[in-house]
Amino acid sequence: MSESEKPVSLQSYIRLCAVVFLVVVCTTSAMIATSFSHIGEGWTLKVALILAIAVVNAFLVAGYLMHLLSEKKLIYTVLAFTVFFFIGLMGLTLWATNGFPPGTASH
Amino acid sequence: MEIPYTVQNRPDTGIYNAKLGIWLFLASEVMLFGGLFSAYILLRVGAEPGMWPHGWLNVTLGTVNTLLLALSAITTLLAWAACKVRDFTKFKIFHACTILLALTFLGIKSYEYHDKLIHYEIALANGKFADGHLVEKSADFDLAKKTGTVTLHGHIVEDRKELMDLRSPEAQAAKHDEITIAATDIKKMENYGPKHNTFTAIYFTLTGLHALHILGGTVVIFYFWAFGGAMWKTDPERFTNRIEVSGLFWHFVDLVWIFLFPVLYLT
Repeated sequence: MSESEKPVSLQSYIRLCAVVFLVVVCTTSAMIATSFSHIGEGWTLKVALILAIAVVNAFLVAGYLMHLLSEKKLIYTVLAFTVFFFIGLMGLTLWATNGFPPGTASH
Repeated sequence: MEIPYTVQNRPDTGIYNAKLGIWLFLASEVMLFGGLFSAYILLRVGAEPGMWPHGWLNVTLGTVNTLLLALSAITTLLAWAACKVRDFTKFKIFHACTILLALTFLGIKSYEYHDKLIHYEIALANGKFADGHLVEKSADFDLAKKTGTVTLHGHIVEDRKELMDLRSPEAQAAKHDEITIAATDIKKMENYGPKHNTFTAIYFTLTGLHALHILGGTVVIFYFWAFGGAMWKTDPERFTNRIEVSGLFWHFVDLVWIFLFPVLYLT
């Protein structure tokens, strides 16, 4: 039985939402603090850290608010295909970033 | 004709049809936004050194919008939970909050767009650059005919690169005043609209598409809020499923913003 099919208690959902919102506030603050901090040289490390925190934030929304932690197998299958193609898209993008054909100038 | 599996789960999939439909739709949306994020990465790593903007967007407004969307995602979930416990009054209250939060988000986004559209960069004839928000144009201002003057609230820099990192100590220390420039001294004048550079192009594209999703979601949620009473009386379970499906879309829109905010505002 998926989460959305279980008996629901409004009070328990209000408590869950309060916790999720509190964590979202904390993670957002952490992202901003990281952005304005002086970690590392340049932006590479900061971008990696900020995106890692964003992933935590996204996990909360997807896992708890969208009930993805307890969904049906078919939905996981659909999402597995999505993740596969998304990784392919981003992988090709990163692969192509320095692959300018000979004779062309990037800048 | 009765549409099958709007309430009962299909035996083969284990879920009702609309739920499978929305997840397939969201999968396609992931690829849509993924393509644009991919474009963002290529534009950013392909930018000349020192020419990718930092600090151009208002972090405070972005943070407020992040919290507004997070709150709206929560009220959407609570609206669905209220339907599950058969409390239509609470459903109406929670979804009214969602609509108000969404409209506030769009209002703030519109303000940010307006701020960019009245922000000008002017290449001066002497090789310097004036940058600031438009205060006024004289009645006879015409750039093509080189008549009149334009007044900005901003500052003048020697090199265009100085305008790229607004978080740098130099940019923070810059004194902003009202500057009046004659049209004869202007080589090129352009606002921070989508065609200004690749950053503003991808910023307006990504946030514009996201705002359209917010607008579409708000219309659907408003429809259920205003006209859902009839179905609630006849088929509350089916209505609850509709709220779940619209809620999944809304959470996805929140998910996209969770990545848009750090990518555009914080890095």
